Amino acid sequence: MTAISVDFASAPVLPKWLVPVLLLAVAYGVVPLIGSSYLFEAILLPFLALSLAGVGLNILTGYAGQVSLGSAAFMAAGAFAAYNFNLRVEGLPLIGSIFLAGIVAAAIGIVFGLPSLRLKGFYLAVSTLAAQFFVQWALTKFSWFSNNSASGVIDAPRLSISGFALDGAIGRYLFALTVVTVLTFLAHRLVSSQTGRNFIAIRDNETAARIIGIPVLKTKLLAFAISSFIIGVAGVIWAFAYLRTVEPDGFDLDRSFQILFIIIIGGLASIRGAFFGAALIVVFPLALSRLGVFLLGDLFDSGVLDMSQRIVLGALIILFLILEPDGLVALWDRVRRRLLFAWQST
Amino acid sequence: MPLPSYTLGVMEASAYAPEVFARGLPSSPRLRQQSEDTGEPINSVAGVASPLLSLQGIGLSFGGVVALADIDLSVLSGEIRAIIGPNGAGKSSLINVISGVYRPDRGHVRLDGISYAQVPTQRLAHLGVARTFQNLALFKGLSVLDNVASGLAYKVRSNFAGQVLGIGRSRGEQRDSRSRAEQILEFLDLSSVRDHLAGTLPYGLQKRVELARALVAEPRLLLLDEPMAGMTAGEKSEMAAFVRAARDRFATTVVLIEHDVGVVMGLSDRIAVLDYGRKIADATPDEVRNDQRVIDAYLGVASDNEDGAGI
Repeated sequence: MTAISVDFASAPVLPKWLVPVLLLAVAYGVVPLIGSSYLFEAILLPFLALSLAGVGLNILTGYAGQVSLGSAAFMAAGAFAAYNFNLRVEGLPLIGSIFLAGIVAAAIGIVFGLPSLRLKGFYLAVSTLAAQFFVQWALTKFSWFSNNSASGVIDAPRLSISGFALDGAIGRYLFALTVVTVLTFLAHRLVSSQTGRNFIAIRDNETAARIIGIPVLKTKLLAFAISSFIIGVAGVIWAFAYLRTVEPDGFDLDRSFQILFIIIIGGLASIRGAFFGAALIVVFPLALSRLGVFLLGDLFDSGVLDMSQRIVLGALIILFLILEPDGLVALWDRVRRRLLFAWQST
Repeated sequence: MPLPSYTLGVMEASAYAPEVFARGLPSSPRLRQQSEDTGEPINSVAGVASPLLSLQGIGLSFGGVVALADIDLSVLSGEIRAIIGPNGAGKSSLINVISGVYRPDRGHVRLDGISYAQVPTQRLAHLGVARTFQNLALFKGLSVLDNVASGLAYKVRSNFAGQVLGIGRSRGEQRDSRSRAEQILEFLDLSSVRDHLAGTLPYGLQKRVELARALVAEPRLLLLDEPMAGMTAGEKSEMAAFVRAARDRFATTVVLIEHDVGVVMGLSDRIAVLDYGRKIADATPDEVRNDQRVIDAYLGVASDNEDGAGI
């Protein structure tokens, strides 16, 4: 749980901004030029949406210590809210719909975060299931949310910012990348602010936090609100940029678990961890299917793929919880430190 | 003795009195009487300091077990008051009552002239009260500096948006809390570990970081629940020196629980002795040392009986 600051004393110090800036330069400058449509549609867009959802959940679970199994509900709330704002409010720019969708998700997050004022741990996790089932039920039951579509399916609107169309794979990728970059940067600022430290204080010792005067109730609800805002926006990206056509069933409990696995595998209380975890979750099934087809040929059909995915992913999660509780981030930092150390001593 | 910031006390009184009344206590007429007292200057006869903290008839039991029975205690501003007693005597319960973690079944806690049926834990820092815990209660995932700076979190006025964007008063607050935390770290000789995660420090240092976190707000009343438990003799005398220095520097009133009678005798101005939830002595160290009831209950048989005669 403590992968917040790592002791880099033994490694040569690189400026902290260097790696993110280089990554962004590649993501904006190189990837759009060389990437195939498959790379964008099947890998990068789901990766970006799930990473952002992971960042959001990590603020709540990793930093503030409040376990939630309702992430997919907040994604759904964001996606359907953005769809309706876009549909029903004349002249509202896309960014406006997305922002308001985040606010709606945040409001729902506060409501379903209220039990956290009394409940902890598993009990809280179970109570957040209420959000999961309620939101999915409401979106299916009231067809107004999907503009009276028979099956509750919504189609994403055309994406454009100030008349500049972003409907191609590259356009949607750049759009998602920008939203994710901005929100991740703000999340990074948040967790190193006093509010972020209050989150950690409540996670590590709630009684002590209350005694020294941290407003515990307010801070918990704030964590729910901010987390749900980010997850809601991730839901908009999932619906508008990645899938383009979504239904409430796409945001089921499996999705919530997927996001929880992302932050556990990637590393709790780490912004980077969400990206590591999402990369693994997105790339792993694709790699497994390629590997399966390569090894077994036609025997490796979709049913086998689905089953082997579950088995291998389950085994991976167990292994991670035992061997590396601090997640891929801790693993990465250790490898990097060793490489730098080896490089230094040559 | 100077009376510390009296006006603050009155403000707190007006803010809190209604809530105290609203609890509908059985003894509310008495309570009303006390709360009305705060409308007037606290009685301070020349030469006699008024108590900063006084407990009146505190009783607390868990199920059938009586933890505290009819405890009266009066702590003068600026003194170091030790509470000693055998295990299970109710010392920690008393600290928990004073800091509002427990609500006593009977009696009141009077802080700076204001009477509480239960001290409002959430406002403790605003009332100028800080405490440490018997078992370490640091934030393991924060650095030492951030742990100490969190002791000032109760003062923060900027909201999260201002902090994220680095606008408004958030920058000044951040600078201010860091520099004050650094001063305290220097005062307690902790500067060398300021960037370490608190959870990775050795036990004795963690105890000292907890003291730093309590001290950074410059509280008027500091409650220390076994600050020297599990320390070596050297660490204990070091800690005792820090506690005394903190009192001298910040004019803080200290209430501390400690098992090591030797350390307590040298450190405290007065000592209250608890046994089975009752106060059996409350006097200067010399008087307590020679009190027969204290010797029987806690200090043990006198040295002239070392051969065990009569046992």
